[in-house]
Amino acid sequence: MDKLTFGLTVLIVGISGTFVTLGILVIFIDLMKRIFPPEGETNAQNS
Amino acid sequence: MVNSIIQGYVGLTHGIVYLMTDGLPNMVMIAVGGILLYLAVKKGVEPLLLVPIGFGCLLTNLPLSDLMEEHGLLKFFYDIGIATEIFPLLIFIGIGAMTDFTPLLENPKILLFGAAGQAGIFITLLLALALGFGKLEAVSIGIIGACDGPTAIYVTSLYAPQLLGPVSVAAYSYMSLVPIIQPPIMRILTTQRERVVRMPIPSQSTVSARTRLLFPIVVTIITALIAPKGLALMGTIMLGNFMKESGVVARLTGASENEIANIVTLFLGLAIGGTMNGHVFLQTTTLAVFALGFVAICFDTIAGIFLGKIMCFVTGGKINPLIGAAGISAYPMAARVVQVQGQKYDKRNYLLMHAMGANTGGQIGSVMAAAVMLSVLKGMGLI
Repeated sequence: MDKLTFGLTVLIVGISGTFVTLGILVIFIDLMKRIFPPEGETNAQNS
Repeated sequence: MVNSIIQGYVGLTHGIVYLMTDGLPNMVMIAVGGILLYLAVKKGVEPLLLVPIGFGCLLTNLPLSDLMEEHGLLKFFYDIGIATEIFPLLIFIGIGAMTDFTPLLENPKILLFGAAGQAGIFITLLLALALGFGKLEAVSIGIIGACDGPTAIYVTSLYAPQLLGPVSVAAYSYMSLVPIIQPPIMRILTTQRERVVRMPIPSQSTVSARTRLLFPIVVTIITALIAPKGLALMGTIMLGNFMKESGVVARLTGASENEIANIVTLFLGLAIGGTMNGHVFLQTTTLAVFALGFVAICFDTIAGIFLGKIMCFVTGGKINPLIGAAGISAYPMAARVVQVQGQKYDKRNYLLMHAMGANTGGQIGSVMAAAVMLSVLKGMGLI
């Protein structure tokens, strides 16, 4: 593989891969926040 | 007898003779070590790293120094900690233990700034290839754009150990120069209207303790599934964070962020300084590495701000594009730069919490970018 092909491949897959992975993380964080809202903790502590 | 005495005295002059004949590169590097020590002591530039690096540089360049030869002290630190990749990983446990991801979890979408802030890695990789560096050397140079010392050291020690000195020094130097490099770029790329966008701070936390506890586990699993070559990096930073959030291993957390991190930082700095021998370090490649590192950090900032502008547009002006500049791993300098710049144009604008979120996103983003890149290289069969 020549250097240009290598560089462009890493550029495209690297940037898009990082965005997609962090995007998946954003979805998971949102999901966790919905499943475990802070109110739940307060209620649990009160009960 | 007289001969022996003369020979004895001659033995005492070997160092000076070496310095005068073959020692010009060493003398230059002794001066460089002196500059690093000056910057650390007098200017407060990353003193925890630059003091051991500067002194290590001094030790290895003194005439006839054998500290980087077999059984030498600096070589020992290099062999046990850098060649084995252990030191950066131990430092990552400490970083994880020190980092509070709550601002990021409050507003998860700003994690995307942590991805944009890594664009410099990949663009610089292309530039390094264009300048004639080998593929794995270009990868190591590009990783300076992660603005993340341990990640840069980890990747470079694995794939281009001959560049470890310049890459490490460039990474830490530019991290400390973030408050000088970023503001002009931020001013050029944003309008007055964008700079004064206010971002409200939620009056009540939206993040539960369970979410904070589960976050490091989720990040580790996702990294392992998508970019397994970076698992050691992400796994260690998330281990430190999990220990902190669990609250049940205060001694281990304390040791990770204090004693272990301090000891490892000392040994790591000395070992990096040890790689800065004048005969190896003083080459045009070193200058090229420094120049490319600078370019990398500029592109990180540009990409972060452009994403900020896009998000500002998409959300109808709810995101201040300046916080895009904090999507790099230089924590907390980049977040502070955003806060200072924001308040320059509106004294009542408090961007710090959001910038901290983007900045911690940058920490995750830098490791993730490295993990993705290593996995791509593995996929190509290059490593």
